[in-house]
Amino acid sequence: MKIALVEYGAGNLPSVERAFARLGAETIRAADPEKLTGADAIILPGVGHFGALMRQLDSQGMIASLRGKIAAGIPFLGICLGLQALFATSEEAPDDAGLGVFPNRVAALPATEKLPHMGWNQLQRARAPHLLEGISPGEYFYFAHSFAATEASGASTATCVHGARFVALLERGNLCGVQFHPEKSGGAGAKLLSNFLRLASRAAQ
Amino acid sequence: MTLARRIIPCLDTDGSRVVKGVQFIHLRDAGDPADLAARYNQEGADELVVLDIAASRDHRPTFLETIRRVAAELAIPLTAGGGVRKLDDGRAILRAGADKVTVNTAAIHRPELLTEMAAEFGSQAVILAIDARRAGDHWEAYVRGGHDPTGLDAVVWAKEGVARGAGEILLTSMDRDGTRSGFDCELTAAVSDVVSVPVIASGGADTPQDFLEVFEKGRADAALAASIFHDNLQGFAALKRYLADRGVPMRVWT
Repeated sequence: MKIALVEYGAGNLPSVERAFARLGAETIRAADPEKLTGADAIILPGVGHFGALMRQLDSQGMIASLRGKIAAGIPFLGICLGLQALFATSEEAPDDAGLGVFPNRVAALPATEKLPHMGWNQLQRARAPHLLEGISPGEYFYFAHSFAATEASGASTATCVHGARFVALLERGNLCGVQFHPEKSGGAGAKLLSNFLRLASRAAQ
Repeated sequence: MTLARRIIPCLDTDGSRVVKGVQFIHLRDAGDPADLAARYNQEGADELVVLDIAASRDHRPTFLETIRRVAAELAIPLTAGGGVRKLDDGRAILRAGADKVTVNTAAIHRPELLTEMAAEFGSQAVILAIDARRAGDHWEAYVRGGHDPTGLDAVVWAKEGVARGAGEILLTSMDRDGTRSGFDCELTAAVSDVVSVPVIASGGADTPQDFLEVFEKGRADAALAASIFHDNLQGFAALKRYLADRGVPMRVWT
């Protein structure tokens, strides 16, 4: 199975690579659209700034290609900023368009709590998310962000609360996104990634 | 559903080995950083900090290699720092596998560094480390590993550092560091109350009760300790259970 990690300069690529390597899964780095050809799954990891990410993806010619792969149903996992990139716009960079898979807007979390929302938090499941199969409901995941989506056109399968309720996990067919960092979330995160690999290998058959 | 308070073990290194000292002096060897990291990752630490307290230019490549070795052992977040003078230093630390970088002396000398780091790495990756010592009715910030007083009020500096772009404060009480006499809750609360970002309390940890107090009275978002973990005086599971039983939100290890 060919798993492509989108490389765009910034980001936490090595820790995502290591997390998949621990599961016995090999990954390749994809910095241009050609590298996505034939990929059975695509991971868009992310830390940093929404505008910087979108401009960087644009300069690498990746935007149309990523949209195409998602539309074609190639299993996709957006992590943190990589989830936010799926939306149309973000308050963090109002002039930069996101991938626009979801028409909603990413907004700043309310300043009523300390920001960034940094540390381990629990999820509230809206349905029975595939990515959380075998993971106990009380399990914690590691978050580090100040912006989040509050709606995802019905694709939100788990939420979290920090000042406001936001989309922590979204799933629509083979398209997945997590606002937290599974690669930094210990055993629970590893289980989630292995659930994603299972989804990807089913899709590849 | 509440954000859990974090328990963070800290590895003070001379670049390659973990060292221990009292109030920044009398250092002795306390083991291999990657070995300790693997153990803490397994035992339920919420995050790990690794610092180069020698922070000499010559040792830089050694410390970056240490970060790589430590990061390879972790499925939890890693913070690294010590001797970060410019943007390039921070970049090298993050590229080596850290998720966040601490900056101390250089930020006091040139606060714009915090803004530049936040712009490139995101605020969530920029931790302002402050070493504070009681000075009459306030606390003074020290630099160069606790060597030099700055004349800056630590609480005022924390606030400015956040305005400049720091996404978290690592606050060390020099009065308590290495003394095992409990965290400085007064200092921690004073900073926690005026900044909008999480505060990691450091210096003085000994008993589970110390942790309880720094979360309750000190209003800390995270608590950091070194020797009590290295010496096996305190295990993560028992400590977290103690705190969870007393109403502190904890990621209890399962």
